[in-house]
Amino acid sequence: MKRFLAFLTKEFLHIFRDVRTMMILFLIPVFQILIFGYVIKNEVKDAKVGVLDLSGDVMTAGIVSKLDAANDIEIVKSFYNYEEIESAFRSNEIKAAIVFESDFADNFTKEKNANMQILLDASDPNLANLLNAYISAISANYAREHNSAESVIDVSIEPRMLYNENLVSAYMFVPGTMALILMVITALMSSISIVREKEIGTMEILLVSPLRPIQIVLGKLAPYAILSVINAISIILIGNVVFGVPVLGSPFVLLLVSFIFILMALSLGLLISSITKTQQVAMFISMFGLLLPTMLLSGFIFPIENMPVALQYFSYIVPAKYFLIAIKSVMLKGLGLAFIWKELLVLLIMTAVFIGISVKKFKIRLD
Amino acid sequence: MSVENIIEVENLVKKFGDFTANDDLTFSVKKSEIFGFLGANGAGKTTAIKILCGLSFPTSGKVNVAGFDVYKQRNKIKQNIGYMSQGFSLYDDLTVRENIEFYAGIYGIKRKLIRIRFEELVEKLQIHDLKNKFVRDLPLGWKQKIAFSVAIFHKPKVVFLDEPTSGVDPITRRQFWDLIYEAVESGITVFVTTHYMDEAEYCDRISIMVDGKIDAMGTPKELKQKFNAQNMDDVFIKLARKAENIE
Repeated sequence: MKRFLAFLTKEFLHIFRDVRTMMILFLIPVFQILIFGYVIKNEVKDAKVGVLDLSGDVMTAGIVSKLDAANDIEIVKSFYNYEEIESAFRSNEIKAAIVFESDFADNFTKEKNANMQILLDASDPNLANLLNAYISAISANYAREHNSAESVIDVSIEPRMLYNENLVSAYMFVPGTMALILMVITALMSSISIVREKEIGTMEILLVSPLRPIQIVLGKLAPYAILSVINAISIILIGNVVFGVPVLGSPFVLLLVSFIFILMALSLGLLISSITKTQQVAMFISMFGLLLPTMLLSGFIFPIENMPVALQYFSYIVPAKYFLIAIKSVMLKGLGLAFIWKELLVLLIMTAVFIGISVKKFKIRLD
Repeated sequence: MSVENIIEVENLVKKFGDFTANDDLTFSVKKSEIFGFLGANGAGKTTAIKILCGLSFPTSGKVNVAGFDVYKQRNKIKQNIGYMSQGFSLYDDLTVRENIEFYAGIYGIKRKLIRIRFEELVEKLQIHDLKNKFVRDLPLGWKQKIAFSVAIFHKPKVVFLDEPTSGVDPITRRQFWDLIYEAVESGITVFVTTHYMDEAEYCDRISIMVDGKIDAMGTPKELKQKFNAQNMDDVFIKLARKAENIE
């Protein structure tokens, strides 16, 4: 154990001495989260809304004037048909459009149900969500005021998210950044740190020493595991405190998911280090083999459903995909282990496979 | 094995598939001896050293290092040997002191003892102004001396030096050999490979490997007589020629 501690001390010295390593470890995560977070707007402020009123009765006029009176919404346009709405969205004149069906007031009193539709520009998903909730609440409020005592009648509101039907959440930037950062730090940095020992020839000396190979491997990986956990926690905290990204599920499950992903990334780093001889090759493999798929094929930036079929199949072997599904479920939907055990299992199986291959490679080399 | 022999090798064979890297090696190294292990690149020196250090298993044969069996007691061997590679493998981003503390630490030496021995070393090498400098700022000669001091810091029974003087100027090489003699006087056995034939003369005994076999072994004087040569360079050339003729 004392030998292992001596080894750990050295590893931390390497990390804290190297300015580049420290930058990658601590500055990049913060910058990335700030940049992504800045893009998101958290408040509705004078959002421009248009109206297509196919009924033109007292009730629709009442709802419109109520909306217009609200602080954060500005009714800027009246339309005569759907085509005009489309072009208003495209020229960015409005963020949302409200459509009242014909005979709105009649339906309300006679059928006890009137329909309205809210069209939203979901290319800014966060704002779209907020606006939807806002407009729905005001309209429902108005309808309630006009309910008679004996019968409850309702306004059916049908929201439609345009340009982003699945409403890929803007909050995805927190899980996405986590996937990226954890991948960079754990896989890239740990593989480089192992390969470096090979390159400068110290690996031989370590192997000749009484340290066991497993101690060398653990000593190499442990510092990055610790730093990754710290990073994961700080990313979630910054997302939550600074940008209001919700953490609906249990923090423990969240940590468990992150830790399993970190384990997977460490085993990947080990694998990379076992098949490469120079730091440059290790870096190259990590960049193109890990970073790009993590960014582009995991569902972080582009929804997997919209990818070409071949890439969709490919996404099944991108570990970050499972991490994103799991962490999104816990963080943004508040789901528990029962809903994500499959993803976690996949990650654990991947970990086992990577470690298995690395051990085999290592044995061949020693033989 | 007799108490005198620190390394005993009998009929050592190491094969990689069809290729025989070490073909029936038999030799022994006595305590406090400087044993030169010579041979051209690819002659099988590195393979043999790896086996002696417990990094790889022989295909067959008996190998004993520091009194321990290479098949069963590899961990005991590792505790009792030192190793210095041709890269003078120190960590550039650590200071001299940190490097030594690290290597001493993984050999399980107690902190207090590390401090005492470190002060002794500083005194011996006169490196008061270097001890807290980063290794990357040291001249090559100092790196080499410190790498050697690191290799024998835990007082091993035998130290393996794999081309310890490559790329160093003759004067520094001479100084380095003084360090080796000093280590031998304190009871350490030295097993050294080298390219420089003039250095072979500094050894008590040498063996010369050609194509996986030991072609010649003895004191430098014996070998020079046997091959009727002026110096070790000559011996080596004559041996190499013989190898070519066979092919």
